[in-house]
Amino acid sequence: MSRPELQAPPEIYYGDIEAKKYTGNTRNQQIQADMTYRALELLNLPENEPAFLLDIGCGSGLSGEILDEEGYIWAGMDIAPSMLEVALEREVEGDLFLQDIGQGFGFRPGSFDGAISISVLQWLLNAETSHPTSSPPHRLHRFFTTLHSALRNPSRAVFQFYPSSDDQIQLITSIAQKAGFGGGIVVDYPNSKKARKVFLCLFVGGGGGQQQMPKGLEGEVEEDSKVRFERRRERERLKTKVGKRKNVKDKDWILRKKELYRKRGKEGVPRDSKFTGRKRKAVF
Amino acid sequence: MVRLITHNLLACHVKGCTSNNFPLEFKDAKLELREAEYNPEFIRGFLPKIEWKALVDTARQLGDTSLPLEQPEMLDDEFLKNLHHVLLEIHVEEGSMICPNCKHDYPISNGIPNMLLAEHEIG
Ligand SMILES: C[S@@+](CC[C@H](N)C(=O)[O-])C[C@H]1O[C@@H](n2cnc3c(N)ncnc32)[C@H](O)[C@@H]1O
Ligand SMILES: [Zn+2]
Repeated sequence: MSRPELQAPPEIYYGDIEAKKYTGNTRNQQIQADMTYRALELLNLPENEPAFLLDIGCGSGLSGEILDEEGYIWAGMDIAPSMLEVALEREVEGDLFLQDIGQGFGFRPGSFDGAISISVLQWLLNAETSHPTSSPPHRLHRFFTTLHSALRNPSRAVFQFYPSSDDQIQLITSIAQKAGFGGGIVVDYPNSKKARKVFLCLFVGGGGGQQQMPKGLEGEVEEDSKVRFERRRERERLKTKVGKRKNVKDKDWILRKKELYRKRGKEGVPRDSKFTGRKRKAVF
Repeated sequence: MVRLITHNLLACHVKGCTSNNFPLEFKDAKLELREAEYNPEFIRGFLPKIEWKALVDTARQLGDTSLPLEQPEMLDDEFLKNLHHVLLEIHVEEGSMICPNCKHDYPISNGIPNMLLAEHEIG
């Protein structure tokens, strides 16, 4: 089968059925989770500082759930309504936007402390959207310039993606540079057919050598991703028990979530009280 | 799920709409309140990014008057908690956001704003 991005525009390819299939597939969950953790590592955020992140092409929230878990506040955008709908069902915490990244966006300068994007960028090169837009270079340019200004100085944006040729890598990096970014490509496990992963690691600011190009991973594939995956499975299990989205998160849900955070040694989780999960006045 | 934290960062991105394009104005907003984990460090760290007047005006327009017109110098716990509530716990679920300059209407459905532009609006 040819690559998804050659088959149909993204919002068509990721329709209701594919969005559910994509999100429910445990192997896919694991792959996307591993790449999200790696992207976060490459983001190299200052430690112990809470951050506001952007998830570009957030889809059904597989990476967003990890951002939630890691305690980041985030916003995400995606062009496929069916994917966003699944994200709503899965009760991710981030604000979601229906948006074509190739049209650029209007966030004020310095809005985000960092951005990640998992398995998305190849879509800007290959498939036209069904929305009338112009050429891939134009879309890439618009995307990178508006992203550059939306990021704070210094910060990073990390993209895992699937280029199909060196020319594509060349095109992407040159347009990103023109938009003001530093940085470049990091390849993990370059010699492994299965584990090889390409990351575009972009820097805003940080002249004077503060921003150093990270190195790709080599050698054996680490096994500790399994542990993370166990955690994910446990969450999946909780999720299915929770069932349909409710208007106000119920008390049990909040208690469970707090318990989860406490177990992970998070500090500052509010103590439970009789007000936990109480419905606040909804009318102003 | 448009929270005021993101609304306060969002300007209109229609082609050529570059001034007076912030803040987008809520119309027919339907709200939902949802508890969020209180993290004072996050709120403190986020303060420098906030356009204060836009935040206070928008919160008041949505019926929340807990924030002072001037950003206070003393960040006591009560203030941070109010700010936490305004930024992270008020969700606009339906309605739309209108650009004060070009009047572009970004409709919100199920908490998700539609930011897609028509071809002639793309920069
Ligand atoms: C393979 S999925 C990855 C989703 C998510 N990042 C993850 O890791 O599970 C690719 C996503 O990119 C989105 N996408 C493709 N082109 C896009 C565009 N022009 N603007 C916004 N999102 C786009 C698709 O709708 C889809 O949700
Ligand atoms: Zn406008």
